[in-house]
Amino acid sequence: MDERAEILELLRENARYSVADLARMTGLDEEEAAATVEELEADGVVRGYQAVVDWSQWTAEPVQAHVELNVTLDRETSYRDIADRIAKFSEVRSLRLVSGDYDFALEVEADTMGEVSRFVSEKVAPVPEITQTVTHYIMDTYKDDGIVFDDEDDDERLSVTP
Amino acid sequence: MSRGEERGEERGDEREARSPLQPSDRVTSVPPSGIRRFFELAEEMDDVISLGVGEPDFSAPWAAREAAIASLEQGRTSYTANRGTRELREEIAAHVTKYGQEYDPDEEILVTAGASEAIDAAFRALVNPGDTVAIAEPAYVSYEPGVRFAGGDPLSVPTRAEDEFVLTPEVLYEHGADEADLLVYCYPNNPTGATMDREEITAVAEFCIENDVGVLADEIYAALTYSGDHASIATVDGMRERTVVFNGFSKAYAMTGLRLGYAMAPAEVIKAMNRVHQYTMLSAPTTAQYAAVEALRSCDDEVAEMRRQYDRRRNFVLSRFEEMGIDCFEATGAFYVFPESPWPDAGEFAEALLQEEGVAVVPGDAFGAGGAGHLRASYATGLGELREAMARIERFVD
Repeated sequence: MDERAEILELLRENARYSVADLARMTGLDEEEAAATVEELEADGVVRGYQAVVDWSQWTAEPVQAHVELNVTLDRETSYRDIADRIAKFSEVRSLRLVSGDYDFALEVEADTMGEVSRFVSEKVAPVPEITQTVTHYIMDTYKDDGIVFDDEDDDERLSVTP
Repeated sequence: MSRGEERGEERGDEREARSPLQPSDRVTSVPPSGIRRFFELAEEMDDVISLGVGEPDFSAPWAAREAAIASLEQGRTSYTANRGTRELREEIAAHVTKYGQEYDPDEEILVTAGASEAIDAAFRALVNPGDTVAIAEPAYVSYEPGVRFAGGDPLSVPTRAEDEFVLTPEVLYEHGADEADLLVYCYPNNPTGATMDREEITAVAEFCIENDVGVLADEIYAALTYSGDHASIATVDGMRERTVVFNGFSKAYAMTGLRLGYAMAPAEVIKAMNRVHQYTMLSAPTTAQYAAVEALRSCDDEVAEMRRQYDRRRNFVLSRFEEMGIDCFEATGAFYVFPESPWPDAGEFAEALLQEEGVAVVPGDAFGAGGAGHLRASYATGLGELREAMARIERFVD
């Protein structure tokens, strides 16, 4: 595995690894590790760093919804044009063009169900190319971004073994 | 008083002095494991980060677990053939060709309840009372008791830190192993993390052929080799007929609790080992055998991923010891490093470290001669805990 791939995999595992830790694990020196991280950022491979939050453990749990969008394109409008328009709203956590029964998969987050509903009905649905929206409210999250949400992480191995 | 009455009185005296359930001399002659004290100490304490664990922190690959579950759902809960299911023996035979090993699944492979059982069966099948079994140390703690339980005489052959804990003909001659009947060793090594390359293995093979010594090669960590390919002594010319190879699923596939290992050897040896096995174990755990078949068939990617994770942790731990100024040769296999103890007495250091900083490492002399003055630290623990453990060790030695 080349150095960039190795660093990228480690950052995906835990974006809070220090440069020193990345260097220790990969055998690079710290300058090389730091330069590789900067390169990944500069090239737009790494777009940002965020915590994966289990909102059920937090006092003010936001409402999240998965929204399916169907669109009809005309000669002047592309998928990219529609995506650019929708992606600018702060309520949109992710937006993907997908294959299958609908065109866009949208992750929406707001403080209340009412806000999510209003956002979909007042901001998204009126976009002329959008022909249909289907909103699925997220009821519970068991795994997000590769991380399983459970509390059963006790190490039950013997503390000292041969 | 007649002679017969005298004997009767003697027997009566013995009965009073000795409980009928008195442990045998053979068992009592074996001291408790050197790690027991640490285990007990660590168990009593809270907030201990244990680097004393000799098993993976991963779970077995899901496909293998699914196969185990499916076998239960299908009611496959009977004994299997003593030697293990034919399906599994065939998969093992195919799998070990990656190490250049060729064994007949019908006659030359025995599936056991962990590699530990295979090792015990080999001792009992091959060792006569009074036979000498040379043990390359530091070593897995069960070899010496196993030899004693079988009535043999263990002979310690300490490998040297300056040789990077590799077994050499010189050290074998130095400790009289040329007179031994058998030699048992483990590479990649628990506890040092040392590996032996083909040239080094060949030198030991030549010693064994020259001195007519049989070899018990514990290769349980073969899949966890970080530099170069694993070299098996059984693949050196003239060694196959004098070698028993042990391997298993505990380390590479993180299946310690499923208790499944195997031995490979010439047909006559496997036949003898199977005689011990069939009267003690009957057959290895059936559920685990189904899991193992699936593990061999479809879990190479998971094994590769676990090895990659261990390798990163190994680099991390070695680097941290280096930053602390603690000498630690570069372990190239298994999931242990074996740094020099910062204090002259590694046992005292390990105990103080445990009590003051809550980090459990095992003193090297628990693994026999050659381990004195060292510590075994396992990196089969998540990086977050490793980072904290190393920070605590650094604070302690400063």
